[in-house]
Amino acid sequence: MKTKIFLKQKQLIPIVAGIIAVAGLLLASCNNHSSVGQGAISAQDAAQRVYVAPGQYDEFYAFMSGGYNGQVSVYGLPSGRLFKIIPVFSQNPENGYGYSEETKPLLMTSYGFIPWDDAHHPELSQTNGVPDGRWLFINANNTPRVARIDLKTFETVETIEIPNSAGNHSSPFVTENTEYVVAGTRFGVPIPQKDVPIASYKQNFGGVLSFIKVAPSGDMDLAFQLMMPGFDYDLAHAGKGKSKDWVFFTCYNSEEAHTLLEVNASQKDKDFVAAINWKKAEEYVQQGKYHEFPGTYYDNRFDTSTQTAHSYVHQGVKVLIPSECPGLVYFIPAPKSPHGVDVDPSGNYIVANGKLSADLSVFSFDKIQQAIQQKQFDGEVNGIPVLKFDAVLAGVVKSGGLGPLHTEFDDKGNAYTTFFISSEVVKWKLGTWQVEDRQPTFYSPGHLMIPGGDSRKPWGKYLVALNKITKDRYLPTGPELSQSAQLFDISGDKMKLLLDFPTVGEPHYAQAIPASILMPRSDKIYQLASNHHPYLTRTEKDAKVVRKGNRVDVYMTEIRSHFVPDNIEGIYLGDTVYFHVTNLEQDWDAAHGFAVEGNRDNAELLLMPGQTKTLKWVPERVGVFPFYCTDFCSALHQEMQGYVRVSSPNDHVALTWSTGKE
Amino acid sequence: MKKRLNTLLFLIAGLWVVGCHSSTSNSQQASENAAAPAASASTANPLDDKGIGPIKSVQLGPIQPELAKKGETIFNEKCTACHRIDSRYIGPALKGVTRRQAPEWIMNMILNPDVMIQQDPIAKQLVGESNGAVMANLHLSEDEARALLEYLRSVDDSSSSK
Repeated sequence: MKTKIFLKQKQLIPIVAGIIAVAGLLLASCNNHSSVGQGAISAQDAAQRVYVAPGQYDEFYAFMSGGYNGQVSVYGLPSGRLFKIIPVFSQNPENGYGYSEETKPLLMTSYGFIPWDDAHHPELSQTNGVPDGRWLFINANNTPRVARIDLKTFETVETIEIPNSAGNHSSPFVTENTEYVVAGTRFGVPIPQKDVPIASYKQNFGGVLSFIKVAPSGDMDLAFQLMMPGFDYDLAHAGKGKSKDWVFFTCYNSEEAHTLLEVNASQKDKDFVAAINWKKAEEYVQQGKYHEFPGTYYDNRFDTSTQTAHSYVHQGVKVLIPSECPGLVYFIPAPKSPHGVDVDPSGNYIVANGKLSADLSVFSFDKIQQAIQQKQFDGEVNGIPVLKFDAVLAGVVKSGGLGPLHTEFDDKGNAYTTFFISSEVVKWKLGTWQVEDRQPTFYSPGHLMIPGGDSRKPWGKYLVALNKITKDRYLPTGPELSQSAQLFDISGDKMKLLLDFPTVGEPHYAQAIPASILMPRSDKIYQLASNHHPYLTRTEKDAKVVRKGNRVDVYMTEIRSHFVPDNIEGIYLGDTVYFHVTNLEQDWDAAHGFAVEGNRDNAELLLMPGQTKTLKWVPERVGVFPFYCTDFCSALHQEMQGYVRVSSPNDHVALTWSTGKE
Repeated sequence: MKKRLNTLLFLIAGLWVVGCHSSTSNSQQASENAAAPAASASTANPLDDKGIGPIKSVQLGPIQPELAKKGETIFNEKCTACHRIDSRYIGPALKGVTRRQAPEWIMNMILNPDVMIQQDPIAKQLVGESNGAVMANLHLSEDEARALLEYLRSVDDSSSSK
């Protein structure tokens, strides 16, 4: 159990003042190389703005992608405190995710069980273009998948595989009312997969953009795919307001290189932003203008009623060919291998961040519509019309920086862009395209995030730069360093650096939402009354051990501070034992754990109040083995233990179970 | 039902927060008590102690068998992890509890155990006698707690008439 500290307001004031003063002095003494420049504020001022007193709450929840740890981490802003790591695409022995029988299906794919992936872009569900706090989506880049996290429980409740795709990078951005989550392939591949020479790329490789339908319940279904040229589809964002029927994808490697892309995919002056009219796509699908393509994929859904995930295997997908579907896709030429594509809160401006450039190209949705009507085309690619660059360009931001990657927006008509090479965040004005401010970051930011900063309603108070390089920002921890996020105050004319805080994994994108939206939705316990797990043990009287051949099911309960049963005999070598453990507690934060010795290839269970989880154990030695509660649950936690006796089948030890009988 | 439950949860949460505000001094008291077990608890009449929680007053009439039956079901589902009627288990045997404690105290102990075991002298003493095992808050409704009280009254009624 965690200790909670609450202090009365009156007690806090002198403490707060004291801590701020001390923190201020500390910061002042070591602040010798960072927050110089126009945006610098006094260390005391910065400390005060990020200080969240003990027992007080942060203003925002921030969800940071865990990158190559395959997870999502939850932070508070402005404090930068880490609250939780939500396992998504990676096993997490800490709480048994991907180890418990209930959660293993969430990591199933057409390749089988995959214990790891590279999670990139968290995306909050939206209603009317505003984050609504229902779900968080995140993509798996390596084995293409999209996951959905329920923000009542902060747990992964669905993962869906994307067939025909490879390197699911331009994902999982949502349309204005979360009608769809998109998933574009970063790597061109043969579709369907087949054995061909790599050098036959231009003949045999393609790229699919997938649209996943999200039901009101949150359940995801792969609705259709677009068969595009074999470019690398890098990032995406849906339109909003007037552009809400459209999704925009950047791509690079329109050269269709298959080797040394570092050079060979940088040959052309311009690649593309692909503008997809998803409403039109729906119409074409309804009209039956799709092709059935093969493709096996898994949709794994966690049933909150049974607290168990199930895998559903699907075959085949509806594919639209753009050349057969007029008005479905247009290419907008975008300079210098564009990376991020970001749509301003009004929905009119689409910013392409040309990563090999100093400048940003901003396109106008109105001009795009006009160019389409007037057929201002510059040829076509695979039957996809290419719009005239000058006809759709709204403006160019002459930044003076190098390597623009991503742009987010505030609620005052400003945009903020990260520059990787020149290591800075640049603030500029929509409409005038003038640079208003620039602040260095430490070092080399990739994504940046403003709460609601890719939505119709940014909460433009803070900006977090998610840096790719950490180097000397923290105490060194050997060659492998933590990742570095930096918090800026953007409420004034100039950005002010407030705080560095380390993050885990590699943070790609992040999203944040006011705590006032999420906090009231957060569940405190799982209701035992609505637990319909097939191996639920509702009361201690229902605890039992059932043998069927070599399979032994243990129906076990936990409550402070004992197991029922806590003595089990009659288990034999050669048995497979399933401990189905129910935490009978119904009190907030009354968690219990369960671990048994020598559980090869497995982990523990961590059970929140009212939860049932199952741990598989295949005993490999004769003897008496302890099991115990791993989460310090009460003053008698150390007493929360039991024994399971493992015998040779020849010994004919009777199957018995009990608690409390001497 | 849901609304009522929410109101109750809110109330309990509120009380819990109030309790936690002074948690520093409470834990100090608790450790003092452990050293000198509940000297003060035995001096006053325990039936005058209504406990701390949402229940200020309970009107008791003749035992209502239907309500007691409902209470028995709840007892078997939710309480038997730690309590028996006739013998000590994790917590005290519950036979005779309605003669030992006020009805308000019993319901407050069910509904507000977190605060009770920190602040109520008798509850603190009982935690000590139970080897430090705390009474778990199972977030029952007032109606459920009332049914449990009726069940415990019926147990004591039948045992006294024997």
